[in-house]
Amino acid sequence: MSEVLLEMRGITKTFPGVKALADVSLSVRRGEIHALVGENGAGKSTLMKVLSGVYPHGTYEGQILFEGREAKFSDIRASEDLGIVIIHQELALVPQLSITENIFLGNEEGAHGLVNWGAAHARARDLLKIVGLDDSTDTPVRRLGVGKQQLVEIAKALSKEVVLLILDEPTAALNETDSQKLLNLLREFKAKGISSVLISHKIKEVESVADTITVMRDGRIVETLDATAGKVSEDRIIRGMVGRDLTHRFPPRQAEIGEVVFEVKHWNVAHPIYDDRMVIKDVSLNVRRGEVIGIAGLMGAGRTEFAMSVFGRSWGRFVSGSAFRNGKEVDVSSIPKAIKNGVAYVTEDRKTFGLVLISDVKTNITLANLDGVSSHSIISEPREIRVANSYRDQLNIKCSSVKQIAVNLSGGNQQKLILSKWLFANPDVLILDEPTRGIDVGAKFEIYTIINRLAAEGKAVVFISSELPEILGISDRIFVMASGQIVAEMPAAEASQETIMKAIMRLGRASDEGIVA
Amino acid sequence: MTAGTAPIPQAPASPGDSGERLITAISRNVRQFGMLIALVVIVAFFQYTTGGVMLKPQNVTNVFLQNGYIIAMALGMLLVIVAGHIDLSVGSVAAFTGAIAAVLMVNYNLDPLIGIVAALVIGGLIGAWHGFWIAYMRIPSFIVTLSGMLLFRGLTLFMLNGQPVGPFPSGFRDIASGFIPEVFGTVQDPFGPDQLKVTTLLLAIILCVALIVLDLSSRREQLKYGFQVSHVGQFVAKNAIQTIAIMFLAYRLAGFFGLPEVLLLVLVLIGVYMFVTVRTVIGRRIYAVGGNAKAAMLSGVKTKKMVFLVFINMGVLSAVGGLIAAARFNSATPKAGDGFELDVIAATFVGGASAYGGIGTVAGAVIGALVLGILNIGMGLMGIGIDYQFAIKALVLLLAVFVDVRGKNRD
Repeated sequence: MSEVLLEMRGITKTFPGVKALADVSLSVRRGEIHALVGENGAGKSTLMKVLSGVYPHGTYEGQILFEGREAKFSDIRASEDLGIVIIHQELALVPQLSITENIFLGNEEGAHGLVNWGAAHARARDLLKIVGLDDSTDTPVRRLGVGKQQLVEIAKALSKEVVLLILDEPTAALNETDSQKLLNLLREFKAKGISSVLISHKIKEVESVADTITVMRDGRIVETLDATAGKVSEDRIIRGMVGRDLTHRFPPRQAEIGEVVFEVKHWNVAHPIYDDRMVIKDVSLNVRRGEVIGIAGLMGAGRTEFAMSVFGRSWGRFVSGSAFRNGKEVDVSSIPKAIKNGVAYVTEDRKTFGLVLISDVKTNITLANLDGVSSHSIISEPREIRVANSYRDQLNIKCSSVKQIAVNLSGGNQQKLILSKWLFANPDVLILDEPTRGIDVGAKFEIYTIINRLAAEGKAVVFISSELPEILGISDRIFVMASGQIVAEMPAAEASQETIMKAIMRLGRASDEGIVA
Repeated sequence: MTAGTAPIPQAPASPGDSGERLITAISRNVRQFGMLIALVVIVAFFQYTTGGVMLKPQNVTNVFLQNGYIIAMALGMLLVIVAGHIDLSVGSVAAFTGAIAAVLMVNYNLDPLIGIVAALVIGGLIGAWHGFWIAYMRIPSFIVTLSGMLLFRGLTLFMLNGQPVGPFPSGFRDIASGFIPEVFGTVQDPFGPDQLKVTTLLLAIILCVALIVLDLSSRREQLKYGFQVSHVGQFVAKNAIQTIAIMFLAYRLAGFFGLPEVLLLVLVLIGVYMFVTVRTVIGRRIYAVGGNAKAAMLSGVKTKKMVFLVFINMGVLSAVGGLIAAARFNSATPKAGDGFELDVIAATFVGGASAYGGIGTVAGAVIGALVLGILNIGMGLMGIGIDYQFAIKALVLLLAVFVDVRGKNRD
């Protein structure tokens, strides 16, 4: 086999409170397609950010050898100089600028601070030919579809004389045709001696294109599979991704489930900007008193979009559907109405959507239910403090006092703060969107315990998570979402990570074919 | 995982070294009262450089007569800035509403009350006009109010036909230049030659007592809920300084014509807005909108409505400012209110409001307005040219915000 291009040895990267990578070693050969798979949060993106210099040398432990020499990248530029180019999941293109301008952004063709547009367009045209794009080079990027934008990104990478191309879920937003085009491009690059690292959740494409498959889990490498020797099966990869000891990570749960409290029927929502793009397609689900339902799915499956559109149409353009509380249809067309009708939504993005970070703990707790601490619109500070102190004790929020500013709390405590806010609003149904993202294991366990207690008190809980073990550990019933649809519903007792993954993959294939047809 | 199940015991609040606590308390207070201290320093500086003229009864009175409308408008601007917006139109709106009142009173001989109510209502409508474009049509406030600044300046010229309109009936003039009627007569100043107005002194004593009672009850409440409160000495010192400052001001005012009506109006407004910002649901929601509009919206706050209301409020307070200014100059002129927006915005920022929204206090805005107002009067008394005055005020604004930003970054 060909020579080793890249070797990462014993990479360990810690963030405050979390070990994102633990002693990870990875080696990539020249001219191979190396797939990196694992669940959300397994550490794939972090590893690639270490490699590309987003996390500069010194912020991690371990060693990177590139073309036999030790590399200590201080920033992305330094890694690009050696030909390591990363294409992030969120494309880094400026929509208003032309294809040419985007390709050479930060690396302009010309000299002495002047741009030679003639040469730039000519080179851009050559690059577009390589990636198989025949649009005019002065087309603004915003006029291109996602697939073509992805190709522009790759052309941009080629302009930098790429040796190692890193693609973070490049096909997540692409249809089958565009995905195939992109994968074929990677095969062509391979023939030219360019290596690719492909991060992907689509096991099928990994299976078809990769020479080597590295499976990551919890910040560690689980195994590296050689696909050149013989085909590695989908099941084999999934088992590697999810296989872990599931006992004792979740508090025991004794469910006492009552009648249906909240139900959504035939819910359809369009994209807020592109009216013809349906993001949520005919979703129906229900949740019963004392029950925790899980909504599983990959990122981009439409779970957050669904939840937010139910919560006062706070996402997208509502098309059709109805919501029922205790069997009676209710109006959830604005956030205040949704709250009044017993719905609460705990956002996945604590800092942007959840908290007023510059305000103190008590102010955040009472924000969604100021009527609960005021009379005649005048806030009673004693009542507010009593309420805040009570939630602080119940949920064990660690703060110096309820007058501490929220920004200084840890992730887990901020999450408990948002939970407090919604508990005080006293909803019937509590939608929790990725409530344990980015918080440490101990705090996760506390959140699970709180969820169990809420269910035991008779609340209905909708639990959205990308982590399958968590969904399995906490839910009574599981809905699986993919491409904006509910593709499976199963009792948690009968579910496994494999069945959920298979439900997702099955639809992935069906909907791709649908788009082609 | 057992560690996760057991609630981690709360670390007992450590009493800490009392000396250390005193230092942190002082440093915290320096930051909190930084602008107040700066105000005192500025007054002391002018008192020294003008050879004691600064604090003469007439000049103390003038500080309030000259800055009443700035303070009134700063209260509205504070809410606008806390909500994360800006209003550049307040000077033009003040001129326009003043002109309306003037035309009604002078050209149509209507009762001043009608003129005042009309000005306030139209101020509110103008605020609604701005608020509509900003909150519901999502046009940046900078642009909407820049447009309003030009629009209402133009309408002012139109209303007045380019000519000043005045003079006003005395009842209206008194808004800006009148003093409260003397009920209890006068006494001889034991320390000086003046006759002191007793009513003014009595009102000041009532205010001092009320403030002390309020502070005591809030302290008792804090203790009841187990919050750390300031040291008793600190509490006493704060209230003593506050009482002395108020009584000194009242003493100076009493030595001239007594309490100006405009100061009484402004004090009432300050009290109302302090209460609204700190204690009411709507005040809380305005701060939440400015602090994190998305989070506020997802918590059920009608963010657009809040912004709309804030601009209506600003329009009404611009009209209040416009009325006071017109009354003060005894005429409505096409150039009235020119540059008010800058003084008002500067006052709010000097007083510690954050340009990013969500942060700012009524007390801060008032102190900011006083700092700038006293700089004006002090520099005028010193005979400093208007050219230098502009430059000095500019640097004070920049310095105040710089100190504030630095202090916050270090937190």
